[in-house]
Amino acid sequence: MTPVLSVRDLSVRFRMRGGRHIAAVGGASFDLAAGECLALVGESGCGKSVLASALLGLLPGNAQTSGTAVIDGIDLLAADERTLARTVRGRRIGLVPQSPAAHLTPVRTVRAQLQETLRELSGTPRAELRAAAVAAAERAAFPPGLLDHYPHELSGGQAQRAATALALVGDAPLLLADEPTTGLDRDLVDRTADELRRHADGGRALLLITHDLAAAERIADRVAVMYAGRIVELTGATRFFGAPGPRHPYARGLLAALPERDFTPIEGMPPELGALPDGCAFAPRCDRADDACRAVPPLRDGVACHHAEEAARA
Amino acid sequence: MLELDTVTAGYDPRTPVFRGASLTIAPGEAVGLLGPSGCGKSTLARVAALLHRPDAGRVAVDGREVRGWRHRAPRDLRTAIGVVFQQPRMSADPRLRLRDLIAEPLRATGRRAEADERVAELARTAGLTGDLLGRRPHEVSDGQLQRACLARALVLRPRWLVCDEMTAMLDASTTAALVAVVEAYRREHGAGLLAVGHDRVLLERWCDRTEEWADCVRTA
Ligand code: SF4
Repeated sequence: MTPVLSVRDLSVRFRMRGGRHIAAVGGASFDLAAGECLALVGESGCGKSVLASALLGLLPGNAQTSGTAVIDGIDLLAADERTLARTVRGRRIGLVPQSPAAHLTPVRTVRAQLQETLRELSGTPRAELRAAAVAAAERAAFPPGLLDHYPHELSGGQAQRAATALALVGDAPLLLADEPTTGLDRDLVDRTADELRRHADGGRALLLITHDLAAAERIADRVAVMYAGRIVELTGATRFFGAPGPRHPYARGLLAALPERDFTPIEGMPPELGALPDGCAFAPRCDRADDACRAVPPLRDGVACHHAEEAARA
Repeated sequence: MLELDTVTAGYDPRTPVFRGASLTIAPGEAVGLLGPSGCGKSTLARVAALLHRPDAGRVAVDGREVRGWRHRAPRDLRTAIGVVFQQPRMSADPRLRLRDLIAEPLRATGRRAEADERVAELARTAGLTGDLLGRRPHEVSDGQLQRACLARALVLRPRWLVCDEMTAMLDASTTAALVAVVEAYRREHGAGLLAVGHDRVLLERWCDRTEEWADCVRTA
């Protein structure tokens, strides 16, 4: 089956003052199929949000990209703004934003925003807009009784659903959820995650960008761990969260830091993206580092480490 | 003791965010307050940190009832309490370098002379290495900025700490690291803690006991 999204060797660099460069994303490659959820996890500043912005064509002017990211025959990294605006954002990629309250237009009701998006993206005739808006709300489990509310009158969970309803309108084959659960309490995290999963089960591809490992564990089929701009592990969610567990030392440390596990932090902090060490970026914090780690480890068999934990015997 | 006794608070006295909230923390004790988002627990955290005057009820710190509120409590009382919020970018002055951000409470209380030594010591404790202290908030990550905000909360050696969703934006490792900094400080200084949040697993692992929001307030 052809993947919905195919990313190859995607890199993003920012040109800074004084000729400096920041390597925000380095050589990311992955495929994402219909009906599948891939969770991209990592700490703030690891490059996962930059990767999302690159897919949506929303990088700032000083960004340089290389590689390809193909959806439906369109290379998102090469497409011009007109193509992205008219055929990609909303139509091929639906964005479930990080702060829905900020994403919704404050001075317009949810109904007005849904109807406008419906008119724009699906050309729904005026006479059918009302019914279509109700249907769109219901798809995202947004209570139709609240359609005439303004964003500030909604709770966090309701605003998240309104934003999801908007993201679903264009029937985009790929849903990109950028930290959709930040600031929500656990029940709402679970509900939001489950609803996103439902849309994947309905046949969409779902790219979940999050620092919340519990949300990833709940709904992801595969997990990609990012560290200092690179995907250091890409593996099945069951293996990752269950047995045998992650194979990359950073991914192992991240899981072990959870309060339901060891609750011990990984010593130190990630390197500056503007001053990455030669070789493996995790080496200064890694207790397995040796001379071999002076070369950047390629992602092989789903892990980028010279001394990865053994893959479990079959 | 840090005591909140039948406290009512909000932003409009006609429609308080909560009524009749009571909570007592013993010296050196760590109490987690669990509640859903939007329930008013952040407002309670601000009252406990003496940053928000309650409409009714009594607040006492170490046996001394808090009086003389304006919007906040008088400074000499407030310095007994260090506070860290969820969103470091909203609570940190964007113009200050991290070094000055951490030292700010010392300057404000006329203890500028101690600043260099104390900041260096806290930066080490909070894991702020290298040239990070010379940077401004927009030049560091959320996790690094939150480390600085925690260092600032500790700079006056408070007897109490209030952490309002301190780690909600952070990854697992940074979360564990910040909690470890708080706990190391509490071990050394015997400080009490109120940690407000929605993550049950985290607060139960972190605190001596956890309280449910619904059990602390008489009526919402
Ligand atoms: S390549 Fe070396 S330094 Fe990097 S994670 Fe693996 S063992 Fe550690």
